[in-house]
Amino acid sequence: MSMPKIALRGLYKIFGPDDAAMMAHIRAGMGKTELLEQHKHVLGLQDISVDMQPGEITVVMGLSGSGKSTLIRHLNRLIEPTAGEILLDGEDVTALGPDALRQLRQKRMSMVFQKFALLPHRTVLQNAATALEVQGVDRPTREAEAQKWLKRVGLDGYEGRYPAQLSGGMQQRVGIARALTSNADIMLMDEAFSALDPLIRTDMQNLLLELQVELQKTIVFITHDLDEALKLADHLVILKDGAVVQQGEPQGILLAPADPYIEDFVRDINRARVLRVRSVMEPVQDRSCAGDVDPDDTLEALIARSGGETSLCYRVVKNGEILGQIDMRDLVRALVPRGVTGTH
Amino acid sequence: MAYEGVFDALGLRAWCDAAGDNAPLSMADLLASTGAENGGGGVPFPSLDVLHEACPQIAQTRDVTAALEDGFLAMRPELKLVLDPVTQPLSWMLDSALWFFTSVPWWVLLPALIYLAWAVSRSRGVTLFVALSFLGLGVIDHLEVALETLSIIFVCTSISVVLGVPIGIAMSRSKAVQRGILPVLDLLQTLPTFVYLIPLIFLFSVTESKLYGIAIILYAIVPVIRLTDLGIRLVDRDVIEAADAFGMSQRQKLWKVQLPLALPNIMAGVNQTIMMSLAMVVIASLVSAPGLGVLVLRGIRNLELGVGLVAGIGIVLLAVILDRTSKAALARVDRAGKAE
Repeated sequence: MSMPKIALRGLYKIFGPDDAAMMAHIRAGMGKTELLEQHKHVLGLQDISVDMQPGEITVVMGLSGSGKSTLIRHLNRLIEPTAGEILLDGEDVTALGPDALRQLRQKRMSMVFQKFALLPHRTVLQNAATALEVQGVDRPTREAEAQKWLKRVGLDGYEGRYPAQLSGGMQQRVGIARALTSNADIMLMDEAFSALDPLIRTDMQNLLLELQVELQKTIVFITHDLDEALKLADHLVILKDGAVVQQGEPQGILLAPADPYIEDFVRDINRARVLRVRSVMEPVQDRSCAGDVDPDDTLEALIARSGGETSLCYRVVKNGEILGQIDMRDLVRALVPRGVTGTH
Repeated sequence: MAYEGVFDALGLRAWCDAAGDNAPLSMADLLASTGAENGGGGVPFPSLDVLHEACPQIAQTRDVTAALEDGFLAMRPELKLVLDPVTQPLSWMLDSALWFFTSVPWWVLLPALIYLAWAVSRSRGVTLFVALSFLGLGVIDHLEVALETLSIIFVCTSISVVLGVPIGIAMSRSKAVQRGILPVLDLLQTLPTFVYLIPLIFLFSVTESKLYGIAIILYAIVPVIRLTDLGIRLVDRDVIEAADAFGMSQRQKLWKVQLPLALPNIMAGVNQTIMMSLAMVVIASLVSAPGLGVLVLRGIRNLELGVGLVAGIGIVLLAVILDRTSKAALARVDRAGKAE
């Protein structure tokens, strides 16, 4: 495995006036509730260790209060950790001084916010150019760059408008253009699409995936929406009460949830649309099949193709190589979440 | 008398009498000797004067005020040594502004002022009103005094803004600074305006313009400080967080984010500051501030009803001019902030 772009090692965050002293209690095994009752400190994050690979979208998912927004703010140290390491390309971010930290925020990480956080008194173009302006890039250069990215996110012709004149979806496009203009190779997205209407949200997700194919940024995406998480994630991290409950490839989490909490979570998901052939397929057996499918096809596509016939099987082929085969009966079984019994 | 027994019981009689009563006759003594009874009957309130009578060692109330006065007068040379050079530029500014407003010919000054009203407010109605007001004041021969008042307001408001905005910024940055300055602001706002004048008269000569300049600034600077602090604190936290996330330095954050977004509030503070300096400039005519206030004062002193009333109406006109113009400017800033 290549070196992770960002690696969190044993990250803890305790909120309160004397957080460092509280670490001793936590290390001695004190839980979140006791810490709050006995010492009036809130345990925000506990023992977070996550590797974020370059060029991948790492999605951190959890309900409100699970610490996901706290976690993303540790990456650029908008919130200071109580203990643990944040390694960026192997270098510890927690050791940086104020100037080095500002350099990091300007050049290496950009951020997109849930409430857009655009500057209301500046035009769309000036907003998009903010990051370069902070770096001290001269006006023509930075505005040309901002112009380029605004065009890329579909805001050609809106440069002179003010944020308040745009819809939510368009404002967030400005937010994304602002983050892209900085040319940082890490993009932090804090519930970036949560404030948008469902249809616009789908649009924005597609835009992000489209940009990602081209740009290969390292993206850390926070969301409370499992559908969104499954759609975007290369690596999915599920948080609960400030701790990682399960992390891994989304398909794997869906097929093998680690505990009842996640089982509950994944129960309402349209599995046919999320699961892919490669996650359900089996080794090749000596059997003639009805046709070839791609390992990255969704089960939904395969059901449509088979016309609902469950007696068929398909060969899984990629680049002319036979990877395995998929029996429609296995497929149907994979659609039923674990823990659902047959009797009523 | 009532409390002599108390001192006897405490065994302090000898200490009391050691002083010997050689203080001059006080009003209380005088009343007592003429047999007047100061109400209440029986036991009087144990005030300093009453206790002094029982035991001459205890100070009289007039000694307290005298001590305060002596203390202040003792400090005066040192205070003057520091304050005089610091505040001297204020005298120069006030004097030169007065000289400027009264010696530039009216046919240059008035169009300039009317254009200023237009440039700041961009409102035809306001500009027309300003022009008509000046004409009206000119017709009844009050133009020169009104301009004197206006010049003082210009100088004092400018200084209030120049000093007040940085103080407001400092307060918004640090809780400790805020906690330190807020009581001072409360004090400045609640002290009756005449009370400012008392120590100032002792410190500076009544012939110096900075005397009334300081009084006006102390009174008028409060709103601009408060609203700068408030305006910066009210800036959307998400936007501040975004500024941090893009690596802005403190200075960039202040100039590119906080001040522009706080501007409507700061302008509201400036409007209040202008109005309060106008209020104070009238009272300051008690200590030789020129302008319309002098005429009002003459109206009161000499019972010249007409003179006082006309000057009073002139002040109201000035107030309306300044308020409308600065409000129009504020509205313009507000609109720009919200972009239509």
